[in-house]
Amino acid sequence: MIVADKKPIEEIIEEIRDYERILVAGCNECVTVCEAGGKKEVAVLASALRMYFMNQGKDVQIDEVTLERQCDHEYLEEIRDRVGGYDAILSLACGVGVQFMAEKYFSKPVLPGVNTAFMGGAEERGVWSERCQGCGQCILARTAGICPISRCAKRLLNGPCGGSTKGKCEISKDVDCAWQLIIDRLKELDRLDDYEQVMPIKDWSTERAGGPRKIIREDIRL
Amino acid sequence: MRLQYSSSIKIIRLPCTGKVDLLHILRAFEKGIDGLYVVGCLEGECHYKSGNLRAKKRVAQAKEILEKVGIGGDRVEMFNLSSSEAPRFVQAAEEMAARVKNLGPNPLRKAFKKMAA
Amino acid sequence: MKPKTPSKLERILAAGHLAVTSECGPPRGSDGKAIAKKATMIRNHVDAINVTDNQTSVTRMCSLAACIRLKLMGLEPVLQMVTRDRNRIALQSDILGAASFDIYNILCLSGDHQVFGDNPKGQNVFDLDSMQLIQTARFMRDEAKFLGGDDIERPPRMFVGAAANPFADPFEIRVPRLAKKVAAGAEFIQTQCIYNVERFKEWMKGVVDRGLHNKVYILAGVTPFKSAGMAKYMKNRVPGMDVPDALVKRMSGVPKEKQPEEGLKICVETIEQVKEIEGVSGFHIMAIEWEEKVPEIVERAGLYPRPQLDN
Repeated sequence: MIVADKKPIEEIIEEIRDYERILVAGCNECVTVCEAGGKKEVAVLASALRMYFMNQGKDVQIDEVTLERQCDHEYLEEIRDRVGGYDAILSLACGVGVQFMAEKYFSKPVLPGVNTAFMGGAEERGVWSERCQGCGQCILARTAGICPISRCAKRLLNGPCGGSTKGKCEISKDVDCAWQLIIDRLKELDRLDDYEQVMPIKDWSTERAGGPRKIIREDIRL
Repeated sequence: MRLQYSSSIKIIRLPCTGKVDLLHILRAFEKGIDGLYVVGCLEGECHYKSGNLRAKKRVAQAKEILEKVGIGGDRVEMFNLSSSEAPRFVQAAEEMAARVKNLGPNPLRKAFKKMAA
Repeated sequence: MKPKTPSKLERILAAGHLAVTSECGPPRGSDGKAIAKKATMIRNHVDAINVTDNQTSVTRMCSLAACIRLKLMGLEPVLQMVTRDRNRIALQSDILGAASFDIYNILCLSGDHQVFGDNPKGQNVFDLDSMQLIQTARFMRDEAKFLGGDDIERPPRMFVGAAANPFADPFEIRVPRLAKKVAAGAEFIQTQCIYNVERFKEWMKGVVDRGLHNKVYILAGVTPFKSAGMAKYMKNRVPGMDVPDALVKRMSGVPKEKQPEEGLKICVETIEQVKEIEGVSGFHIMAIEWEEKVPEIVERAGLYPRPQLDN
């Protein structure tokens, strides 16, 4: 899923300083799972902001709503009747949701309330880590199910580099060496000989480098 | 033991401090309370295993938020004691009462007055 | 192995001599004389001089410019090229730039992560990794084509090298990794500096067992300790480095003013021990911030004078 982290409240206050009627909009999917922008986080943020502005002596109206998803036009439609009553929308959805919201409510300022970070999953409660960079040409079959592009700090396709130490990456003891993981798994799968195959130069044109991406599925378009 | 403690304190009973939600704390301050403290079992002795640890984290979050929005993080606190420690209960009560008296009323009360005017 | 390029380094190795290379770090400024001075100090004691490429991600004068300067001084540079900072267009372009000055040696590296240097907030590139850069350099030379497929006018004639670290983890793939680099096209190897000679012997045994020493020239890396502090630092703070406790003890057991000499002694002893190992074709002396000692090390290790080739 998409993993995001809460934005510091000082930043959010700075973003909304010019507005008097704000709708804080959460999302029920990814940001709920990583506890950054779901219904609960919307309520906590709204309460905190109300206290802040009241304390400043400013009369600011802060309302709450949580949509099923903000990356879907259908769900964004649900607030069409309300939107007119606000100066700005503070969206706690991931970057996708914020932008869809801004596209849909074109004349309404839409501000981000979380920092969208990466595609990943939960290792344990409260710890999420990156697993996928969306390179567009998945090579997991050749790397024993571990992605060197998202988990190697140098995205080496023929790693490890000389800095791999005791299974950890040279940049930090908290980062696993992706290639150590791959080698361990190749051993487990009895395929360590695969290690010697030189992985060819990657076609990065389907990655960010190639430009903003789009997938069109003619088979399901109406 | 029938010990006395400050009459300015209102007690809300819960089966476990794990039931305290961050929102309960924040909304209470939003409405203008001056202080709030959570009293839970000693760490490691929670009847529900880790309820008091969750409460600890939520109180810490509340402190941070209240500090950042200008209400004051010291107005909220967590205490741990066993249910047989009545004197400690009183001590916590007196400590919080004194602390909040020192901090003064919730700054939002001024704002309420202004808005009512 | 018959030399395939005009590289002096390749020809010395092909003639069966133990080659000696060393390295110079370019300055953190635009004074070309700084690197000329370093190179001049060691020119008669080495067969080729590596110029590092923004080593440890610290921004310096580029390796290419420094190599050109050395070449114009009549020296034999080895262009170190990392894939951290340049995409495949720039890498091929710089290879041609070097070839235009008849620089015949390249060392293909991935490069230290930028978090270690003076620009930790910068982007990194890694369009290619070191393995793929080796392939690229060989492709440009042997097929005379760009990666994109077009022909190259006056293709580069590089003697292609790579690094190997017998001391990094995991140990079990360090020989397969060398095999991989050879398969990718590496023609010479410079290893990470050796302190644990036993572990290096073990690696070399694996290398020789697979006959890799007949396919690639291996230059053993050595670095003299300047002080006990340096020994400890390298032991504890440098990833992929194996410094045995005994050596740290040895350095610490000597009074401060005698430590540099002890470090040099250890370095020369290491060279003497490694000379005896089958499959070793030479030495790469990395005397970081102590380049002036390279001539002494070469002489004390019995590697002076350097062989002269009849051109």
